[in-house]
Amino acid sequence: MAMEYQLDARRLLCPLPVIRTQNRVRELDDGDLLEVLATDPGVLNDVPAWCRINGHNVLETGTREGIIFVRLQIVRDR
Amino acid sequence: MTQTSPDQQQDSAPRQEAAPARPRRALALISGGLDSMLAVKVIQAQGIEVEGVNFFTGFCVEGHTHAIRDRKKPKRNNALWVAEQLGIRLHIVDISEEYKDVVLKPRYGYGAHMNPCLDCKIFMVSQASLMLDKARSLANDRAGEGQGFDFIITGEVVGQRPKSQRKWTMPVIARESGADDRLLRPLSARNLDETLPEREGWVDRSKLYGFSGRNRKPQIALAQAFGLEEFAQPAGGCCFLTDEAYSRKLGDLWQARGRRDYELDDIMLLKVGRHLRPRPHLKLIISREEGEGQFLQGYRYQFASLETVSHGGPLTLVDGELADQAEAEFAAAIVARFSQGRDAEQVTVVWRQPDGVARELRVKPCTPEQVPEDWYL
Repeated sequence: MAMEYQLDARRLLCPLPVIRTQNRVRELDDGDLLEVLATDPGVLNDVPAWCRINGHNVLETGTREGIIFVRLQIVRDR
Repeated sequence: MTQTSPDQQQDSAPRQEAAPARPRRALALISGGLDSMLAVKVIQAQGIEVEGVNFFTGFCVEGHTHAIRDRKKPKRNNALWVAEQLGIRLHIVDISEEYKDVVLKPRYGYGAHMNPCLDCKIFMVSQASLMLDKARSLANDRAGEGQGFDFIITGEVVGQRPKSQRKWTMPVIARESGADDRLLRPLSARNLDETLPEREGWVDRSKLYGFSGRNRKPQIALAQAFGLEEFAQPAGGCCFLTDEAYSRKLGDLWQARGRRDYELDDIMLLKVGRHLRPRPHLKLIISREEGEGQFLQGYRYQFASLETVSHGGPLTLVDGELADQAEAEFAAAIVARFSQGRDAEQVTVVWRQPDGVARELRVKPCTPEQVPEDWYL
């Protein structure tokens, strides 16, 4: 069953949030959901770019109470 | 040159040549600049599958200051952008901890500033070489799945950089990194000895290039030939250590602490704000605009801070101990100089300790003459 996870990358500057995302995604299974929280606005470009390169789905991006979030779904069978 | 076969060279590891024919695969060092982009293009054009690796040292210029200072302009990570343009996967690897040895103890010394370029390149290629070895053993375990790498490519050009890309340093990098003749520089290959991928016929040497020197015209022409219209051209390379002002601040940090060492937070903070050292034991990091102020806010639990409250003004972190009330007022008067109350008779500044204990200081702002140039780092 797909699980939902959260990654706190607040106060980190790119590319660290991307590196943390990459390393967390490695541990997750196909279909799992991951929400990345961040404060560096570069995350809104970089995490979706990383997802496109690696074939994962970006479900939603936005800002909630000043915190940036990117929700993505892991795709394993590429 | 002796023509040893790869099987003779790698007698300890089972060879993946035994697996069914699959495309050869290269691992490319991706900086985000044009040369590594072209190196990948040249090798892709020969039917080689390429994946990229980008290393995070902590000193990467990669838009950090833009991310902090200019929060409205769109930003991008050049390495990710390049990977997407090239249609390759990209592994981003955090080597900031291991990289300390390269910065603090460079075997081949520093370049013009504090940049250990040759050691850096050796280190990055050796990291890639490690990945190649790991990937190769993985590929042997999963024979036929085609996940391994056969060789490493970089965008290095002979003679392009004064320290790391000279003709004599190219074999040094290959040897010291452990990559040896599995390291191919497609843009300069014809100026260098044949490598394994060329000897084995995985790539056609006649379709590689012989660029050399600092002239960028051949690269620009090749980019046009590949239809690449947009690419990053970092002026001073991709590393803060090649920047004179930055390396001066790093040198100051080491001198003030009496030891050569740093944490990731230190090198991040050197990228942000005005740095003033009014006394040997005391440095002020003063934000220059809102974005920097927000960034520095995150450090208020590690450093004492000074913030003007009677007037709009910057957030300042205090690196070092404020000895007493008088020294705190001295620092606050400097901070007030950079606030909207710089011409006021009195400015109120909150002096806050990392544990949250705060005290108000009322000071007369320094005049410009009271903040001498040599305090600025």
